[in-house]
Amino acid sequence: MNRPTEGQSGWSWWYLLLLIQFIGSLWVPFYNRIEPTWIGIPFFYWYQMLLVIVGAILTAIVYFATDA
Amino acid sequence: MPEINWTALTIFILLFALITVLGFIAAHWRKGDLDLLHEWGLGGRRFGTVITWFLIGGDLYTAYTFIAVPALAFGAGAIAFFAVPYTIMIYPILFLVFPRLWYVCHKHNYITASDFVRGRYGNRWLALAVAITGIVATLPYIALQLVGLQVVIGGMGVGGTGYAGDLPLLIAFIILAAFTYTSGLRAPASIAVVKDILIYVTAFAVVIAVPIELGGFGKIFAAVPPAKVLLASPGPHTTGLYGVYGTLALGSALALFLYPHSITGILSASSGHAIRRNAALLPGYSFMLGLLALVGFFAIAAGVATMPQFAGGFKQFGNNFAVPALFLHTFPSWFVGIAFAAIGIGALVPAAIMSIAAANLYTRNIHREFINGHLTDRQESQIAKWVSLIVKFGALAFIVFVPQQFAIYLQLLGGIWIIQTVPSVMLGTYTRWFNDWALVIGWAVGICTGTWMFIAAKLAPNYPLAIGGFTFPGYSALYTLILNLVVAAVLTLLFNAGTKTRADETVAADYRP
Repeated sequence: MNRPTEGQSGWSWWYLLLLIQFIGSLWVPFYNRIEPTWIGIPFFYWYQMLLVIVGAILTAIVYFATDA
Repeated sequence: MPEINWTALTIFILLFALITVLGFIAAHWRKGDLDLLHEWGLGGRRFGTVITWFLIGGDLYTAYTFIAVPALAFGAGAIAFFAVPYTIMIYPILFLVFPRLWYVCHKHNYITASDFVRGRYGNRWLALAVAITGIVATLPYIALQLVGLQVVIGGMGVGGTGYAGDLPLLIAFIILAAFTYTSGLRAPASIAVVKDILIYVTAFAVVIAVPIELGGFGKIFAAVPPAKVLLASPGPHTTGLYGVYGTLALGSALALFLYPHSITGILSASSGHAIRRNAALLPGYSFMLGLLALVGFFAIAAGVATMPQFAGGFKQFGNNFAVPALFLHTFPSWFVGIAFAAIGIGALVPAAIMSIAAANLYTRNIHREFINGHLTDRQESQIAKWVSLIVKFGALAFIVFVPQQFAIYLQLLGGIWIIQTVPSVMLGTYTRWFNDWALVIGWAVGICTGTWMFIAAKLAPNYPLAIGGFTFPGYSALYTLILNLVVAAVLTLLFNAGTKTRADETVAADYRP
C-alpha cells in the first residue's frame, strides 16, 4: 500500500469501503423478500446475516489498508 | 406456579458462585491502585484486543437484548430483525470515530465523554448536558437488565407472591454491587469472558438442536404466520415499515456508542488499535444476535405459547417468556441451567459497567465540577464507588416498585435523548467548528422535540413525520438529531460571526497514535 493512507486530516479514501455496509443495510426494499431461500431460510434473514460477515471482512480490509 | 427445577437451579447457582469468586479476585488482576478513578472505573486502561472484545461484547449485547429481541420476533415478526442492520452499522462508526476519542482521552486523562467535551469546548454547561443525558439514559437501561434476570429466575420455578418473589433478584444484586464496589471495571471484564462463552454455547446449541427437532428451517418458517415473515409493503404516499426499519437501525446505531457504558468499555482498551481491531471482530456478536432473533420464530414453530406448563410464565412475563419456554421445552434440565445462567450473568455484566459509567460521570462532571473542585484522587474514587451502589439499588427499587412498562418507555426515550450528543461528542472528535452554546441549544431542541414526538406517537419511538402529502414513519431519534444538527449549524454561523477565539485544550495530534 502506497502512502499516504492517512494524512494530516485523519482521512483515508479506504474508508469509503465502509459505505457498502450502510447501503446494504438501509436499502430495505431490496431485501424484504422470501426468494431465493437458502436451506429453507427466507432471503430477508440470510441476506442480513451474510451482510454481518461481509461487513466484518470490509472493516478488516480497511483496517489492514490504513494501519501502516 | 410450576415446581422448582432443581437440576437447573443447582447449575445456575454454581455458575453464579463461580462468577462471584471471579468478581472479587478480579481486584488483583493486572493490579493497580483502586484508589485512582481510572484504575477503578476504567480498569487502568489496560485491556488488550481480546479482553476488550469480551468486555464490549458483554457490555452491548445484554441479557435484555437476548430476551427482548427474540420476544419481539415471536410477537411482531420481521421488524425485530432491525437489530441486525443496527449492529452492522455500529462498527464502521466505531472504527472511524472512537479510536480518535480513545487517543484524546488517553492523552488528557479523560474518563468520560463529558470530560472530553469539557476540554474540547471549554464549556462546563455543555459538559453537564452531556453528563446528565448519559446518566438519565443509563438508569432505565440498568433496570431493564433486571427484567432478563427476573424472567430466567421465574423460568426455573423460583418465585413467590408479592415482594418475597423479588428476593432472588435482591441476592443477585447484592453480589453484583459488592464485587463492583471492590473490583471496579475489572470485575465485569473478567466475568464477561465466562458469560460470553456460555452465551455462545447456548446460542449455537439452540440453533442446531431446535431446527433438527422441528424438521428444518423450511418447516419452521412455514409455521410462522406469513404476515410476520416479511415487513408489510408500504401503501401509497408513505415509506411505511421500510422507513421505520431503516431509521430504527441507523438511529440506534448512531446512539449506541454514546451510551456511557459503551464509552467506558472503549476507553478501558489499552490502545486505539485494540478498538480498530475490534470493529472487525465484534460483528461475531451481531451474527449471534441474528441467530437468537430467529429463536423467536423457533418458539412460534415449537408451539410453546399454547403448552399448558408455560401458561403461567407467559401470563407473568408476556412474550419475554418465549425464549426461556423454548429452552425448557427443548433442553435437558442441566443445560437449561447453563443457558439461564448465561442470560442471568449476561444481566450482571452490563449492569455493572453501566453503574460504573454513571458513577464516573457523576463524580467527574457533576460533583467535581459543580460541588467540590478540590477532591483528592482517593476521595474521587470513593465517591464513584458509593454512587455506583446508589445507582444499582435505585434501579432495583425501580423494577420492584414501578410497573415494568415504565422502565421500557424510559429506556426508549433514553435512546432519543442520548443521540442528541452526537454533534458534541462524535463530531467533536473530528471538528471544533461548532460553537459551544450552539451545541447546547441544538441539544435542548433535540431533547424537547424528541420527547414531544415520543408522547405524540402515544409513547412509541416511531413518529409519522408528514411532509406535504407524504408520510415518513420513522425513529424520532434520527429525525430530531437532524433538527439538532441544523439548529447547531445555523447558530454556529450566527454566534461565530466576527469572533476568532475558541477555547480548546486539545490539538490535532492528540487524536492520533
